[in-house]
Amino acid sequence: MLRFVPIITLFFMVGPVSAGLIGTILPSFGILPALGGDGASLDPWQALLAQPGLDRSIGLSLINGLAATLISVVIVMLFCAAWQGTRVFRVLQRLLSPILSVPHATAAFGLAFLIAPSGWIARLVAQAAGWDRPPDLAIIHDPLGLAMIVGLVIKEIPFLFLMTLAALPQADTDRTAQVTASLGYGRITGWFKVTLPRIYPQIRLPVLAVLAYSTSVVDVAIILAPTTPAPLAVRILGWLSDPDLSYRFMASSGAVLQLGIVLVAMGVWIGGEKIVGALGRNWAVDGRRLAHDGWLRHGAAILAIVAAGAVILGLVVLLVWSIAGFWAFPDVLPRNFSLRLWAREFDALGDSLAVTLMIGVPSVLVAIALVLGCLENEVRTGFRPRKRVMWLIYLPLLVPQISFMFGLQVFFTLVGLDRTLFSVVLAHLVFVLPYVFLSLSDPFRALDPRYGQTALCLGASPNRVFWHVRLPLLTRAVLTAMAVGLAVTVGQYLPTLLIGAGRFATVTTEAVALATGGDRRMIGIYGLLQMMLPFAGFALALLIPAILFARRRGMGGNNRI
Amino acid sequence: MSNTQMKSGLELRDLSIRLGDRLLVDIDLVIAPGEIVTLMGPSGSGKSSLLGHICGTLPPVFDVRGVVRLNDTVLDGLAPQDRHVGILFQDDLLFPHLSVGGNLAFALPSSIRGKTERRARVAAALESAGLAGLAERDPVTLSGGQRARVALMRVLLSEPGVLLLDEPFSKLDRGLRDQIRSFVFDLARKNGLPTLMVTHDPEDGQAANGRVIALD
Repeated sequence: MLRFVPIITLFFMVGPVSAGLIGTILPSFGILPALGGDGASLDPWQALLAQPGLDRSIGLSLINGLAATLISVVIVMLFCAAWQGTRVFRVLQRLLSPILSVPHATAAFGLAFLIAPSGWIARLVAQAAGWDRPPDLAIIHDPLGLAMIVGLVIKEIPFLFLMTLAALPQADTDRTAQVTASLGYGRITGWFKVTLPRIYPQIRLPVLAVLAYSTSVVDVAIILAPTTPAPLAVRILGWLSDPDLSYRFMASSGAVLQLGIVLVAMGVWIGGEKIVGALGRNWAVDGRRLAHDGWLRHGAAILAIVAAGAVILGLVVLLVWSIAGFWAFPDVLPRNFSLRLWAREFDALGDSLAVTLMIGVPSVLVAIALVLGCLENEVRTGFRPRKRVMWLIYLPLLVPQISFMFGLQVFFTLVGLDRTLFSVVLAHLVFVLPYVFLSLSDPFRALDPRYGQTALCLGASPNRVFWHVRLPLLTRAVLTAMAVGLAVTVGQYLPTLLIGAGRFATVTTEAVALATGGDRRMIGIYGLLQMMLPFAGFALALLIPAILFARRRGMGGNNRI
Repeated sequence: MSNTQMKSGLELRDLSIRLGDRLLVDIDLVIAPGEIVTLMGPSGSGKSSLLGHICGTLPPVFDVRGVVRLNDTVLDGLAPQDRHVGILFQDDLLFPHLSVGGNLAFALPSSIRGKTERRARVAAALESAGLAGLAERDPVTLSGGQRARVALMRVLLSEPGVLLLDEPFSKLDRGLRDQIRSFVFDLARKNGLPTLMVTHDPEDGQAANGRVIALD
């Protein structure tokens, strides 16, 4: 049985993506019998191209996606180069999990509440400058989409930071840093010239995933991006939700176009990699050392801290708004506080939490079982998947959601599974699986294989070795992977909305639906609610091993707080 | 000891291990019950691969020819857990999530039934190693020498037919090393175990007082 698990796992990821892409491409050429599309035609494309402002939408998606990715990568690389192995680095490393567990939409709402003309920052300035009304500036939904770029950057930094942390140990970075320093290189220059070329290949797929995400994001864009016109992905969702079903054809063309945009963005990025690589090879050996890079190091720290601070402060503002009574501009805090809204919404909140868990728990359980099966199979057969398999694992993260979710909905309708919990869980699994795999594979493979050998030689069967040796030793890693998985399903907006056809009101779909209404108190409540489950997940992943192994110091740092 | 007389020990017949084009090990060897044979060689000479092959845990990328027999049973093709091959590494590898007693009970065959009986066996093993009363302890709180002894007792409780030692003393302090060496060797002889030790420390070979074979 075990040896079929990797194939089954890949099927759960690649299958829905392929079915979804087919189900999107066919209607984009007019083929969708359920809606009366029986013959191939180019009408959907003509309708799409006739949409006003399409070029602006495309430009926004492409340029903002590339910009957000570039800024995130540069900040993370600079910060790692400047501070790796120091206390500042370890402090931010500790903040990483909580920040990662904040769903994108929550972070975007928090940011909006901070930087909006009537947001917290403006209120602070107003206090000092004596304004009595908010500045007349479009900071949120600004025409250039700068707010969206910032919103993406503050959430992509922690993800890329995590991926870089995983790659660092394999490059022997501490000793490399000693060598470059003793040769007279500044920290940052030494790191960029020697360490970066060694770790970049390992973070390349995550970077491309960030690029695909940023170029096609929907929920963050609804909250922060310009609206006239909106980035392409948001407009596609609008057409898909239109009561006029004939819009579905044009939406499909849009979804295919969106895939094209992501591919173009990747082409641009990979071209950029080549240019930077070529220039870098000369730069690496030109002997310039930038020995005194204090200013750059501090700049990098400030950027990283501001990014982390924006997420954390954003959560605080959400909390304050959720319990705010009367709160006039430019007061920094509300005049009074009240739990009235929390009390009024109590039942509704419970319902959306329950729906979220109803989808999340089975997704996470199936994912962790499959991933453990894959990794255990690796150990037993002694056969590690080739590098190319990693592309398949990343596939669901590289193809824009909007480009295959509608097609997947079409597919589920075809097989009679539309609007069921089963199909929503399957759709979530597509994204939960890769993250759970990425989270668990390193610690699982890093476990000293001699523990297993010893146990086998003591006469334990392979199953007993798995359940009584490997699994207990990996308790913390397994629970963390499950928490990551939970955070991923809680944050899913499009799959829940499209596959569930509106039947499943999770904390995230409810929160994003509030974005257009602008009721800050309600947004505060639902933003926090979104945060609650992932946060509880990570807290349990820390606490459970600490309690289980309180009297086992040898379980090591990996299993203690 | 009449039982021991009938056993033929560990036989490695025309055994060769290759990785790609590289010949790692080529050996023909019989180790009698209670005999300790030392294989000397620099690191990377394939000593550990040989032990891995005898255990049955060598990854399939290695190309192995020849036969391994233990007391007239051919081990090749048997699952590792069915071979009764005990192995000690340079690290004690006590399972950190189990107590000292839990580690020993893990090794005790399930044919020994009943909580009381199993506990008694564990306690007896600890006592015979001079570790009486430590069953409830967290392994990490023991001294290096104590852990090394627990590791050996754990192997012996699993009733092995052969003992493999993979540089077992190299991480111990000098003072401790002699003490643990004689503890391991004495018990191996007392239990009539054919013992194969790989090491790069010539003192290990001298202390074993048996055949020393150089690999290169």
